[in-house]
Amino acid sequence: MNKSVFFGALTVAGLAAGAAAASTLDDVKARGKLNCGVTTGLAGFAAPNANGEWEGFDVAVCRAVAAAVLGDPNAVEFVPTTGKTRFTALASGEIDFLARNTTWTFSRDVDLKFDFIGVNYYDGQGFMVPKELGVSSAKDLDGATVCIQTGTTTELNLADFFRNNNISYEPVPVETNAEGQQQYLAGACDTYTTDASGLAATRATFENPGEHIILPEIISKEPLGPLVRHGDNDWGDVTRWVLYALIAAEELGVTSANVEEMTTNTTNPEVARLLGTEGTLGEMLGLEADFAKKAIASQGNYGEIFAKNIGEETPIGLARGLNAQWTDGGLMYAPPFR
Amino acid sequence: MSDTHAASVPYVRDTMLPQNAPPSTAQGPVKWVRESLFSSIPYTILTLAALYVIYLILSGFLPWLLGGVWTTSNIRECREVLDGAQAGCFSVLTERWNQLLFGIAYPQDGYWRPTAAFVLLFVAVAPVLFGNLPRWLILFTVLYPFIAFWLIWGGSLFVPLSALLAALIGYVIYSRIVKKSFAGAFFAGLLAGGVAWVVFSFITPQLSGVLALEPVASRNMGGFMLNMILGVICVSLSLPLGILLALGRQSSLPIIKLICVVFIEFIRGVPLITLLFVANVVLAYFLPPGTNFDLILRVIIMITMFASAYIAEVIRGGLAALPRGQYEAADSLGLDYAQAMRLIILPQALKISIPGIVNVAVGLFKDTTLVSIISMFDLVGMIRGPILASTDWNGVYWELWGFAALLFFVVCYGISQYSQWLERQLQTDHH
Repeated sequence: MNKSVFFGALTVAGLAAGAAAASTLDDVKARGKLNCGVTTGLAGFAAPNANGEWEGFDVAVCRAVAAAVLGDPNAVEFVPTTGKTRFTALASGEIDFLARNTTWTFSRDVDLKFDFIGVNYYDGQGFMVPKELGVSSAKDLDGATVCIQTGTTTELNLADFFRNNNISYEPVPVETNAEGQQQYLAGACDTYTTDASGLAATRATFENPGEHIILPEIISKEPLGPLVRHGDNDWGDVTRWVLYALIAAEELGVTSANVEEMTTNTTNPEVARLLGTEGTLGEMLGLEADFAKKAIASQGNYGEIFAKNIGEETPIGLARGLNAQWTDGGLMYAPPFR
Repeated sequence: MSDTHAASVPYVRDTMLPQNAPPSTAQGPVKWVRESLFSSIPYTILTLAALYVIYLILSGFLPWLLGGVWTTSNIRECREVLDGAQAGCFSVLTERWNQLLFGIAYPQDGYWRPTAAFVLLFVAVAPVLFGNLPRWLILFTVLYPFIAFWLIWGGSLFVPLSALLAALIGYVIYSRIVKKSFAGAFFAGLLAGGVAWVVFSFITPQLSGVLALEPVASRNMGGFMLNMILGVICVSLSLPLGILLALGRQSSLPIIKLICVVFIEFIRGVPLITLLFVANVVLAYFLPPGTNFDLILRVIIMITMFASAYIAEVIRGGLAALPRGQYEAADSLGLDYAQAMRLIILPQALKISIPGIVNVAVGLFKDTTLVSIISMFDLVGMIRGPILASTDWNGVYWELWGFAALLFFVVCYGISQYSQWLERQLQTDHH
């Protein structure tokens, strides 16, 4: 009896959740705010500044979606999530959209019932070594001691890499990035390995960043992207095409500075369709015709967002690398707006 | 004879010598140093070694503290100013003090509100903590929760006012019936208060703009303020709950006893962090979507349950330590259960339990930092998340954690000193 009541309640809750999830776009419009899950803090990707305003690479994607859907990049309720709470927050409907440097993997997409709407940052595991070690390639690291965060996929990737190349290493397990940073600086290990973006962010905080280099080898694939709940394809389409609009804008040369001018006197039909002066793309999504224009005007195109938050001019100092446009030899490739 | 006497005069004193001060080696600091620091060779060696260690620590710490930088706007500027010198970068405190104390989202022009609530807290707890203050002050203690709620959360004054009114109605009903039956009065009062609250909640929304402070959502609470809110509310709620649970566990009514035993044993068998995850994650699945069951409220409920189970066991220890004769004395005076407990048993049992209760309270206050794991920005969450993750301050560890440790130490040491004072006050053994 008790059991059936329990499962009954579960079913009701599940149905209600399903009903609510079927129209996230309407929910967001009715609420007038986008609930966006972000990390509790990762340098360059998401962190509040001294005035308590969130900024960063992932945050910009949230704001772009809010600008496109609601017309206001500040109509976002940022919900900080940890690695442990992020998926339940999304699944339970507490947030509409999760932009939290989350690796797109098979099991998260299929088994956890989420839809990754694209990739906004192609990351991969790398190595950092002190310059004075005189190493220029990860394959020279035979016999090295390696600081490695336990219980992560990086640990497995590391073992695979060294076995494939038939060289040996000695792991120095650490718990957190902060601990790894300290162990590495104290000389407890020859090299520190984690995601390349994390290495760059870590190195940027060193007193003498120039004394450390990040080796060219990237030994794993970590495509980081925003995600939404599985089963609400309309909402998935909205967020996916906002992200692609940012990427396409860079390819087409539309920036936050020239977006107004492009709208009025562009001769490129694809730019016209993207910015809503031609065609009915916005209407198909259930948004205003100029949804992409609003997103680009508020946050800039993908390249601007990258440069402003994590690019080479910032303390994080990441090169575009894999995240360059496909025309520049990178992987950023937006499907046609047609 | 007299000659002899006269001759002996120079050798016999007829007045007392005035008292001399003891030699300088046998008094004051010199004596203290000689006796407690250099009384034997091993002591001398230990003293010198200890002095050397103290010197080492201070010679490292003081330049770091006194030579610190307070005015730069990020860690890179700090390093430029220090130019290789080993000193603290305290600029992070001057730039982010408001986030450390109030969280990222509390309106900046409203900082006086939690500050006022904090100051009033001392006025409110004083009559409870110190028995020699005028009794009418307790009236303010009763009003304080409503004032503090209004100050911190904002909104219309009528919301806490109607809650106060509902509580008053409940109390009046209770005091009418309490002569006949304690339990009946208790539940009647609770029911009346609840009904009044529901009735009022239809009226208050219409008055939402009246006497209103800018409302602040619970999720915007943060920093040390959040630790204080959780600590104060949970300690003050868990004490009465703990007493009820402890009494319930001793009850002769099997159902009540069973409920209390199961509750206490279950809660004590589960780590607090698990309960917090339940509050944050699991409840989100069970509650219908769209219900905005306040996260702070969920966390308060969980921490209060956790603390009250522990306090119940501490008080049960106090009850068990009372000699059987005290219970029998109460019975022989013809007191009923409520009177016996209130007048004879609990005052003694609680006195015995003070160290244990304080222990739980201090532990609970520090445990409030666990909420950082469920992504609430309390003081620790604030440091671990936003501040250390900002490109401006990533790499400043000692200054931030030292500041957090200092705040917690002040509060916990204060609680502990108060409890020792209280124990001395309540000491009746030697009379």
